Amino acid sequence: MKRILCAAAFAAVTAASGQVQAQTPPGVLIVGQIAEPKSLDPHAVTAVNDFRILMNVYDGLVRYKDGTLEVEPALAESWTISDDGMTYSFDLRDGVSFHDGSALTAEAVKFNFDRMLDENHPFHDTGPFPLSFFFSAIDSVTAEDEDTVVFRLKEPYAPFLSNLAYPTGLIVSPAAVEEHGKDFGRNPSGTGPFRFAEWESNAKVVVVRNDDYWEGAPALEAVVFRPITDGNTRVAEMMSGGIDLMVEVPPDSLATFAGGGTEIHEQAGPHVWFLIFNVKEGPLADKKVRQAVNYAINKKALVENVLQGTAEVAAGPTPPAFSWAYNDDLDPYPYDPEKAAALIKEAGHEGAELTFYVTEGGSGMLDPVPMGAAIQADLAKVGLKVEIETYEWNTFLGKVNPGLEGKADMAEMAWMTNDPDTLPYLALRSEAFPDKGGFNSGYYSNPQVDKLLEDARRSTDQDERAKLYKEMQVIVHEDAPWAFIANWKQNAVTAESVEGFALQPSFFLILKDVTKG
Amino acid sequence: MLAYTVKRLVLAVPVLLGLTVIVFLIMAMIPGDPATAILGSYATPENVARLNRQLGLDRSLVEQYFIWLGNLLQGDFGRSFNLNRPVIDEVLERFSATLVLAGAALLLCSVFGLIAGVVTAVRQYGWTDKIVTFFVLIGISIPSFWLGLLMILVFAVWQRWLPASGMFAIYGGGDLPDLLRHLVLPAITLAVVATGVIARLTRAAMLEVLRQDYIRTARAKGVGETRVVCRHAFKAALVNVIPVIGVQAGFVLGGAVYIETVFQWPGIGRMLVTAISTRDLLLVQGGVLVVAASYVLFNLVTDLLQHLIDPRLRT
Repeated sequence: MKRILCAAAFAAVTAASGQVQAQTPPGVLIVGQIAEPKSLDPHAVTAVNDFRILMNVYDGLVRYKDGTLEVEPALAESWTISDDGMTYSFDLRDGVSFHDGSALTAEAVKFNFDRMLDENHPFHDTGPFPLSFFFSAIDSVTAEDEDTVVFRLKEPYAPFLSNLAYPTGLIVSPAAVEEHGKDFGRNPSGTGPFRFAEWESNAKVVVVRNDDYWEGAPALEAVVFRPITDGNTRVAEMMSGGIDLMVEVPPDSLATFAGGGTEIHEQAGPHVWFLIFNVKEGPLADKKVRQAVNYAINKKALVENVLQGTAEVAAGPTPPAFSWAYNDDLDPYPYDPEKAAALIKEAGHEGAELTFYVTEGGSGMLDPVPMGAAIQADLAKVGLKVEIETYEWNTFLGKVNPGLEGKADMAEMAWMTNDPDTLPYLALRSEAFPDKGGFNSGYYSNPQVDKLLEDARRSTDQDERAKLYKEMQVIVHEDAPWAFIANWKQNAVTAESVEGFALQPSFFLILKDVTKG
Repeated sequence: MLAYTVKRLVLAVPVLLGLTVIVFLIMAMIPGDPATAILGSYATPENVARLNRQLGLDRSLVEQYFIWLGNLLQGDFGRSFNLNRPVIDEVLERFSATLVLAGAALLLCSVFGLIAGVVTAVRQYGWTDKIVTFFVLIGISIPSFWLGLLMILVFAVWQRWLPASGMFAIYGGGDLPDLLRHLVLPAITLAVVATGVIARLTRAAMLEVLRQDYIRTARAKGVGETRVVCRHAFKAALVNVIPVIGVQAGFVLGGAVYIETVFQWPGIGRMLVTAISTRDLLLVQGGVLVVAASYVLFNLVTDLLQHLIDPRLRT
C-alpha cells in the first residue's frame, strides 16, 4: 500500500514540477467569466454573462457605437424610418456570410424574428425566447428583396433600434438552426468576428478568429471563456496567470490589482440601484417621508464604504450612461439627517415602523445585504424603525414583482437596461401596476409622468425624446417614489500582455480590437 | 450473499421513488419558479405565463410528475431548461467529475487516517502520538473552504506549482498527468477533515483491541510486535472503522460542494446548487436521483465489505 502511495505521490509531484503552470500562448485570450453560459443562442438567453460571449460571435442589424449607447450600422448598412415611426426599412451589407457558409439575406433576418415571435413558426420550439417581448411591437417582417428587410410595427416605438442592438436582436444562421434544432444553442453560427469552435461543459467555450469577417479579421487568434463562479478563485486565477481578462472583480480585491503589471478598467453603465417605496399605504404614502428617506440615507458612504468605489451616487431614475437623455441639472439628494428628521416630524410619522425587503443577491444587486443594513442604520438615526426581511433572489422577486401592498413599505431593486425608455416605462407608469403586467410594485402614479413617458416612447426624434425624459426626471426626483442610491461601475482587470481593451457602457464585452502579445 | 445483495437492491427502488416525490414536492413548495428565475427583473405575470407554457410548466403538479416518471422509465431524464441540454448528459458528466474528486479524497483520508490512527494507538501518550494528534485535531478543526483558498494562495499564486482551479488545463493538457496536477489541491483539501475523523476513531478502536486478552496472549506467545499490530489488532479494529469510512464517504461527497466551488471543480454538488437556485426542476431530480442511488450502492458495498472481513457477521 505504502509503495503505491509513494508512486502516486511521486507521479503527482513530477507532473506538477515537470511543467510549471504554462502561461497562456500569445494571441489566445483567456477570459474569466462569472458562470457557465446557459446557451449560445442569443434569442434564448437573458444574462449579461452569456451576452459577453455572444457579442463576439454574432452581429445585429445595428450595434452600439464604441464607448456609447448610441446606435450605428452593423449588418444593416443604412435604414429609413417612415414619418409615422411605424415602418423601418433596412439595407443589408453585401457579401456577408454566416460562419457555416450560408449567406446573410433579408429572408434570413425575417427567419430570426419569426422564429422568436410566431408561435406557429416551424422552429419556434427551439426556444423558449424569454426576452422576445423586446420585439413585441413588431407586426410583420418582410423581405422586400435579397438585401432589404422591412419591419412594420403595431405602434410607434422609439426604443426599437436600440433593442435591435441588444443581444436579443443578434442575427443567427437559419441554416444552422434548421440543422441543429434544439441543440442550436450548443452549435451556434453567426456572422461575428469570432467563430464558435468548442464548448466543453463547465470548463470552457472556445471561439476562433473569423478570417472572413466583413470588418476585417480580428487580431486575436482565439478567445477562451472560462466559467469561474467563485469571486476569490477568479482573483487567484488572475494572479496566477491562469486568465488574461477578468470581469466583475469583487470590490475587496480591486486593491490587489493596483500596480503590479495588471490594468484595472472601470466604466459606469446603464444601471440604477434604488429602493421602491410603497406609496399606496403607510408612512411612505406621504411625499415628505419619501423625501426624508432620500435625505437620510448617506449614499456617499454606501458607495465608498460598502461598495468600495465600484459605484457612483445616483441622482434620479435615469442612469448618466444615457448621456443624451440624462438631466445633468439634477443633483442627488444630499445627506441631511436633520432635514430628514424635520420632514418626518412635519408629516407626523416620527418613530414610524417600516418593513424593508432585502435580497441576498441577484442580477445587478451589488452587495444587497450590507447595503440594506447600512440603510437601516441611517434611517434609525432619523427615528424610523426599519425591520429587514431578507429573501433569496427568486423568492424576493416573487414577493416584490406582484406589488408591495399589504406586505412591505420598501424593497431593494436594481435594473440594467439598454435604453432610457424601458425602466421608467415598466416601473413608473400608472399603467404599469403589477396587476396590469408591469413592475410598478410601489404603485407610483402621476398623470404628468405617464404622458411624458408615453410621448417619449412614441417620438422618433432624439432631441424631442431627450427633452421629455429630462422633464420626467425632475418630476420623479421631486415625487421620490424611489430612493435613488447608486449607479454601478463595471470593472475588469487585464494582464500586462493585453492591449486595446475597453469596457463598454452597454456592459458587453467587445474583443475584436483586442491584442495579446 | 447474492440473495442479500439482490434484496437490498430491490428495496432501494421504493426509497428512490419516494425520494423523487419528496424532491418534486419541495421544489414545488419553495417560492419562485423557473420562469421567474430565467426572466429575472423582466418577470411580469404575462411573461412568466408565456414562458411557463413554453416550458410545459402550466400543467398540474401531479401531471408533471407522472409525465416525468413515464419518461424516466423509458430512460429519458428530460431536458434542463436552464442549460438547454439533456439532463442525463449533464448529470453523468458532473457526477463522474465528483467521483474522481471524492474517490481521490476518500483514498487519501482512508490511508492517512488509518496510518495515523494505528501509529498514535501503538505509541499512546508518546511524542509521536502527541505530534500526530496535534495535526489531526488541526485538520478536524479547519474549515475546508478556507483551507482551499489558502492552498490556492500558497501553491498556485505564490509558488505557481499547481493550477488554481478547474479539472483540466484550458490550453493543451487533458491527459492523466494534467488531471492529477489539477486534482492534488482539491483532493487534499477535501480529505483533511475526514482524515482527522478516521484517525481519531481508528486510534480509539485500536486501543480497545490492544487491551484485549488475545493480544496479550499473542504477545506472551512471543509473536513479534509488528505482527501483533498489523495482523491481530488492526484487522479486528478495521471492522469498527469500516462503517466510519462509509459515513465519511457520504461526508466527502457532501463536502465536495464547497471544494467544488472553491476549486471550480465541475462536479455534481455545484451543479445541484445552481440547479436549485434557478429552479431547474428536472436537473435537480436527475442529480438527486443519481447521488441517492450512489449512496444506496455505497452503503451496500460497506456492508458487504464488513461481512467479508468479519467472520462473526457471516452466520
